[in-house]
Amino acid sequence: MEPIIFTKNLTKKFGDFIAVNNISFSVEKGEIFGFLGANGAGKTTAMKMLCGLLVPTSGLGKVAGYDISTQSDSIKRRIGYMSQKFSLYEDLTVRENMQFFGGIYGLRNKEIQKKIEYYHDLWSNNEMFDGLVGSLPLGWKQKVAFATAMMHDPDIVFLDEPTGGVDPIVRRQFWELIYKASDQGTTIFVTTHYMDEAEYCNRVSIMVDGEIAAMDSPKNLKIAYHTDTMDDVFYQLARKAQRSETV
Amino acid sequence: MRVLLALLKKEFRQIRRNRVLAMMIVMLPVIQLTILPLAADYELKHIKLGIIDDDHSTLSQELTNKIMSSGYFNLVDVGQSYTQGLEQIERDKVDLLLEIPSQFSQNLHKKGTESLSISANAINGVKANVGSVYLTQILQSYNVEMLHKLIPETMYANSGAILTSSRYLFNDNLKYPPFMVPGILALLVTMIGGYMSSLNVVKEKEMGTIEQINVSPIKKYQFILGKLIPFLIIGFVVFSIGLFIVARGVYGIVPRGSYLLIYSYLFIYLIAILGFGLLLSSFAETQQQSMSITFFFMMIFILMSGLFTPIQSMPEWAQWIAAFNPVTYFIKVMRMVVLKGSTFMDIRRYYLIMVAFGIVLNTLAIWRYKKTID
Amino acid sequence: MKQFKAFVIKEFYHVLRDKRSLLLLIGLPIVQIFLFGFALSNEVKNATIMIVDQSKDAASLSISEKIRNNDNFHFVGFGYAYKDAHTAFMRGEIQAAVIIPPNFQKSILRRENPTIQIIGDATDPNTATAVINYVTVITMNFQRQALGMTSPVSIDVRNHMLYNPELKGVTNFVPGLMALVLMLIGVLMTSVSIVKEKEMGTMEILLVSPFHPLAAIIAKAVPYLLVSIFNLCMILLISIHVLGMPMEGSYFLLFSMSVLLIITALSMGLFISNQTSSQQVAMLISLMGMLLPTMLFTGFMFPIENMPIPLQIISNFAASKWYYIIVKNIMIKGLGVAYFWKEALVLVGMTIFFIVMSLRRFKMRLA
Repeated sequence: MEPIIFTKNLTKKFGDFIAVNNISFSVEKGEIFGFLGANGAGKTTAMKMLCGLLVPTSGLGKVAGYDISTQSDSIKRRIGYMSQKFSLYEDLTVRENMQFFGGIYGLRNKEIQKKIEYYHDLWSNNEMFDGLVGSLPLGWKQKVAFATAMMHDPDIVFLDEPTGGVDPIVRRQFWELIYKASDQGTTIFVTTHYMDEAEYCNRVSIMVDGEIAAMDSPKNLKIAYHTDTMDDVFYQLARKAQRSETV
Repeated sequence: MRVLLALLKKEFRQIRRNRVLAMMIVMLPVIQLTILPLAADYELKHIKLGIIDDDHSTLSQELTNKIMSSGYFNLVDVGQSYTQGLEQIERDKVDLLLEIPSQFSQNLHKKGTESLSISANAINGVKANVGSVYLTQILQSYNVEMLHKLIPETMYANSGAILTSSRYLFNDNLKYPPFMVPGILALLVTMIGGYMSSLNVVKEKEMGTIEQINVSPIKKYQFILGKLIPFLIIGFVVFSIGLFIVARGVYGIVPRGSYLLIYSYLFIYLIAILGFGLLLSSFAETQQQSMSITFFFMMIFILMSGLFTPIQSMPEWAQWIAAFNPVTYFIKVMRMVVLKGSTFMDIRRYYLIMVAFGIVLNTLAIWRYKKTID
Repeated sequence: MKQFKAFVIKEFYHVLRDKRSLLLLIGLPIVQIFLFGFALSNEVKNATIMIVDQSKDAASLSISEKIRNNDNFHFVGFGYAYKDAHTAFMRGEIQAAVIIPPNFQKSILRRENPTIQIIGDATDPNTATAVINYVTVITMNFQRQALGMTSPVSIDVRNHMLYNPELKGVTNFVPGLMALVLMLIGVLMTSVSIVKEKEMGTMEILLVSPFHPLAAIIAKAVPYLLVSIFNLCMILLISIHVLGMPMEGSYFLLFSMSVLLIITALSMGLFISNQTSSQQVAMLISLMGMLLPTMLFTGFMFPIENMPIPLQIISNFAASKWYYIIVKNIMIKGLGVAYFWKEALVLVGMTIFFIVMSLRRFKMRLA
C-alpha cells in the first residue's frame, strides 16, 4: 500500500536560510509518527509544508495521495491540524467553535451534532460545551482543539506540540484521545518536546539543523544509540546541532 | 453555501458576544451624526462687528439698523477711531470692522458715490470671508433700497441699468445641516466599514485563528465573502439609523430622490470600501498596525473628500487625489440624491466609477489574501 | 532606574521596528500639514458655472466673456435654455448658472432694465452665496466699465483682509494640527498598546514581575512622548519655514506647554486602557471619543462661538481647546505665561484627574 505521507528531497528556503534541507521519509496509514527536534530544527516548517500552508522550495511531497505543491486544496479536505499556538475563537463557546470548524469543512448540521454528542459522552462534562473557550483551563482548551481538528474525520491529523504547558494528567488524557483516533484508523503526525511522549509513537524521526538525523521506532533507536532512554538518544543527536534557535 | 453560512454565523456570534463593541458601532455614529452638523455649521450667526461711524447721520444710523436686523452680527463698541478698532481686533474682541466715513451721507447725495471700508480679522479665514460676504450683500441691498427711495421710480426704471436677481436652488434657506448631514453620514459608514473589516481580519491573524482556517479547504472567495457580508449588514443598519432616525428625526431631512437609488449606491460603495479594508488588512500583522495603516488612509480620504472644504478649490494635484478617493463620490452622490433628487441617469457616471472601485479593490483584496506563504 | 531604562529602550525598539505604525506616527502629521497648507481651503475657487445666453448679442457676449475669464469660475459651457442648466445641476456638473434674457442689448439701449438671473446650487450654501456675489459684482463692473453707466447712487465697498490676506488659515490650522497630532498619538497609541498587553495575556507577566507595573506602563508611554516631540519639531519646521507661520514667542514655553498636553493625552490613554480589555474597543473609544471631539471642539476647523450653547459647554472638556489657545498666544502674539496660566492650569487639572482615576482602577492583581 502506498504510504499516506511521502516526501523526497523536500526543501524549504527562506532567503539564504535553509529551514528544511532535503528531507525524505514516509508514514504509513494508521501510524503514530513522532516528529522530534530541537527548537529551530525545522519541524514546524516541514509540517506546514505538509499541511499546504507553505509552498516547498523544491522536492516532492505527497499527503493522502495528493501533491503538496499543486493539490493543497485536496489535501486540506483530508487533514486535520492543531497548531502550536492555540487557535480556537476564545469568544465563542466550545459548541460554537465545533459548529464553525465543522461548517467550514462543509459538514451537515446532523453530522456536526453527532460529533458534538460523541465528545459529550466521552468527556461527560456538559456545562463546558456552552462556556466560552477563553474561560477554559489550558488542558481543556487543548482537548477541545484536538476534537475540533477531528470534526471532519480526517485521514491524517497534524499536531504541533499539542501538549505544551499542560500537566502530566492532562497529557495522559490527551494521548488517550490520540490512541482512540489512531485505533479508528487516523494517521497521527505529532511534534513534541517530551521524550516520554516520543515513546508512545510507533516511529519517530529526529530533525537536526533542517535534516532528518535519525528515524526508526523508539525501541530500535535506543538500541542503535546504546542507551535506554529516548532522552539520551535525543541529546546525543541534538548536541551536534550547529544552528541556534532562529525559527 | 454551507461553508459560507458557517462563516457568517460565527461572525455574528462574535459581534453579538462583544456587547460593548456592538453598542459602540451603533451608538457612536448616531451621537456624532447628531452633534457634528451642529458644530460644522459655517453659517455664522454671531460675528462680532464693530462700526466706526464718523458720519453720525440718519443715513448711517439707518444703515447700522439694517445691518443689525440681519441677525448675523453682534455689535461691539469699538470706540471712535480706526486705530482703536484695530486694537480690538488684535485682542480678538472684534471680527469685522465697518468704517463709515464722515460726510458719508452728504457725499452720497452730492456725488452719488461714496466708499465704505470693511476690515476683517482674517486669521480666522472662514469667518472673515463669510462675514464680509454677508456684510457686502447687506450693503448692496441697502444700496438698491436707497435708489428706490432717493430717485423717482420712473427715472430709475428707464436708466437701462442691468438688474440681477438671484435664486438659490435645492436649499433656499441656505442652511448648513442639509449640506453636512448626508456627507457626515457617508463618512461614518466609511469609517465603520473600513476599520471594522480590516481590524477583524487582522485580529484573526494576531490570535492565530486564521491558521486554523487556512488549513481547511475553504476557498478564498468564501473567506472574503464571509468577512464582507457581516460588515455590509452592519453598514446598512448604521446607515439606516442615521438616515431615518437622525437625518429625518433630528434634522428633518427627507431624501428628495429615490431610496432604492441611495441604497443601491450604498451597497456598491460598501463593497468597495470593505474590499479596501480587507486589502489594507493584508499589509498588517497586528491590530495596532492595521489601525495605523487604516487611520492613515482614512484621514487622507476624509480630508480629500470635499466633506468640509470644496474640491474645486484645491490645486490640480490635490483634485487628482480626490478623484481617486471613493469617499468623494459617495459624499457627492449622497448630497445629489438626498438634496436635489438626482436620478439614476444623473449619477450614472458615479455609479460606474464606484463599480470600478469595487471590482479593483476586491480583486486586489482576494489576490493579496494568501492562504499559503511562499 | 536602570531597569526602567532597559524597559524604555525595549519599548522604543517596538515602536521603531514597526514600520507600518510609523506610517501613522510620523507620516500622517507631515501629510496633514502639507494637505492643510497646500490643498485645503475654504475659499470658493473654480466654481463650475454655465451660461444660458438667450441673446447672443454684443452685450451678452461681452458679459459672458467677463464671467468666463474670471478666476473664481470654471466655465463648463453654454446652455440653450434653462432646462440645460437644470439637467447640469441635477448631474452635479455645475454649481451656478447665469441666465441672460433675450434681446439683452436692445433692452439696455431701450432703457428697459433687463434682469440677469443668477442661480446657485445651494446644497453647498457657502459656494452658492459666494458665486452669486461674484456674478453680481461682475455685472456691476460691466455696467460701469463697458456701458459707462453708474447708478445714480452707489455705495462702493472695499474689503480689507487683515493679517492674512490670502485667507490661508495657516495661523489657524497649524496650532490645531499640533493639538490633533499630539492628542492622536498620546491617547490612541498608548491606550491600544497597553490594551494589547491585556489581550495577548502578556500583562500577567508585567504584573508578576518585580518591576512595578505602573513603571512598566510609563515605560510604554515614553517612546510615544519622544515621537510626539519629534512630530512637533517637524510640524514647526515645516509650518514656520515653508508655510510662513509666525513664531513670536518663546520656544521653551511652546515646548513645555506641548509636553504638558502630551502628558494629558497619555493620562487619557491610560484611563481608556483601564476601561476595556479589547484593542478594538480601545481604538473605537479613542477615535470616536477623542479624535472627533478634538477636530470639532478645538476651534481650528469650526468656530466654537458659532455652535449651540450646549456644544460650547462641551467644548470646554476638550483638552486640545485649551492647548490651542495657549499655542496661538505664544506663536502669533508672543505672549508669556501671565496670559495663559489659567488655560495651562486646566490642562494640569485634567491630567491629575485622569491619573487619579486610572490609579484607582488600576488592578495590581488580575481579577
